[in-house]
Amino acid sequence: MIGERSRSPRRGRVGRTINRDYSPFLANALPLATILAGSLAPMLPIIATGPMVPPIGFMTFLAWRFVRPGLLPLWIGAPLGAFDDLFSGQPFGCAIMLWSLAMLGLEALEARFPWRGFWQDWITAAGMLIAYVVLCALLAGIGMVPRQLMLLIPQLLLSVLLFPIIARMVALFDRLRLRRVRILR
Amino acid sequence: MAPPTIRRPGHSKKAQFSAFTGYLIAATGALVGGLLLVVALWKPDLMAVLRGEATDIAAPVGEVGAVTRSGSISLFDTVSGYFNAGAQNARLKREAEVARVRLVEAQAVETENKRLKELLGLNEDELKPVTFGRLIGSTSASTRRFAYLSAGHDKGVRPGMPVRSPTGLIGRVLETGNSSARVLLLTDGASMVPVRRAQDDVVAFAEGRGDGSLRVRLINLGINPLKKGDVFVTSGAGGIYRPGIAVAVAMEITRDGAIAHPLGNPAATLYVAVDPVWQQEARRELETPANARNTPPAPPPEGSGE
Repeated sequence: MIGERSRSPRRGRVGRTINRDYSPFLANALPLATILAGSLAPMLPIIATGPMVPPIGFMTFLAWRFVRPGLLPLWIGAPLGAFDDLFSGQPFGCAIMLWSLAMLGLEALEARFPWRGFWQDWITAAGMLIAYVVLCALLAGIGMVPRQLMLLIPQLLLSVLLFPIIARMVALFDRLRLRRVRILR
Repeated sequence: MAPPTIRRPGHSKKAQFSAFTGYLIAATGALVGGLLLVVALWKPDLMAVLRGEATDIAAPVGEVGAVTRSGSISLFDTVSGYFNAGAQNARLKREAEVARVRLVEAQAVETENKRLKELLGLNEDELKPVTFGRLIGSTSASTRRFAYLSAGHDKGVRPGMPVRSPTGLIGRVLETGNSSARVLLLTDGASMVPVRRAQDDVVAFAEGRGDGSLRVRLINLGINPLKKGDVFVTSGAGGIYRPGIAVAVAMEITRDGAIAHPLGNPAATLYVAVDPVWQQEARRELETPANARNTPPAPPPEGSGE
């Protein structure tokens, strides 16, 4: 704290502090922009032979919810899920339902365990991701046999292991979000 | 991390109501999503227009990446190529010699074929591809296997048209946007292609298994005549795919057919060709709006392979 202060009196962690304020547009739009960008993952140049890539849109969505609870309104799961459905290949409505349910579920969980930590967040996210991937597979519109559910294991592992990294990236974006870029007059 | 205290509504009636409304809208969202999902499972192409528009907008992003993909795939091949370069060189020389002889033979057969066809008065119109495009992405997080194509309605792409690469069939167009299209890959669980063994008329269906392989199911059950390494081509039944496009090679023999590996690798191709729907009747059938495009092409009549 003291070391940080002694570097420069006019620079904080969020840029120059005197005469500067964060931009409300950036602060509100950046979370949505990153989630939408995550939903565009199917446009990545990967022609996969099976489900391999983790659901990046949903992971970014969860990470923002963990990093800044209350920043995203409770109902945001529906519109963001609708955008995800347009590209994910799932039948339309799948992500609308699951993302809304995830939002409600996290809210209930937070009311039950208000003090959170890294491990609790990761376990919650892992549970949510496993439920999401498996439900998506079951609701994909093709009959799933147990053999096909085995196909999901690499994707599940990758999603769970990748989540802390996505959460760190979101934390980075969060700092960018609150950068003091607006000059006060 | 401490719970955020700011979100407790406290005694303020207004804050309590707004929290309640939030829950209400979120629950409604989940419910509406569930209803939409049921409708989408019942009629899969209901949201096709919306999806087409969205893909049109996002496609330029994917196209940039598609160029890098085709470059990066060859990188792995280059590296692995060094390990068995000598043996491969010798083998390829032998193969090239054999192939040269075969090529001359094939040319002879082709001219004879042409002569015989003229004799019979058959005139076969050469099927020209409607257009060429890049595969710009795929639904890599979902269990469904769709790919996005960089050509759409404006280039003449219509639902039902077969998509193929130089090495084999890739799938068929499912939905079209104005400048992009969604392709149902062969390996999707809902895809079914009528095929026959390349050297004779053993007819079968090739179904996607969702994991990059195909399940070949023989139509005439009995003793399974398939062997490992058999190549399957489209039979032309159903009228969508013209006969003779390479589809898959059998890897593993099962009781009622085989597990096969598709020959056209959608990830390794620079460009794919979109062919017109082969037969007029199938073309007409695809154009009627009531026809559900997700159903597989009609099975061939009894005993006919061609």
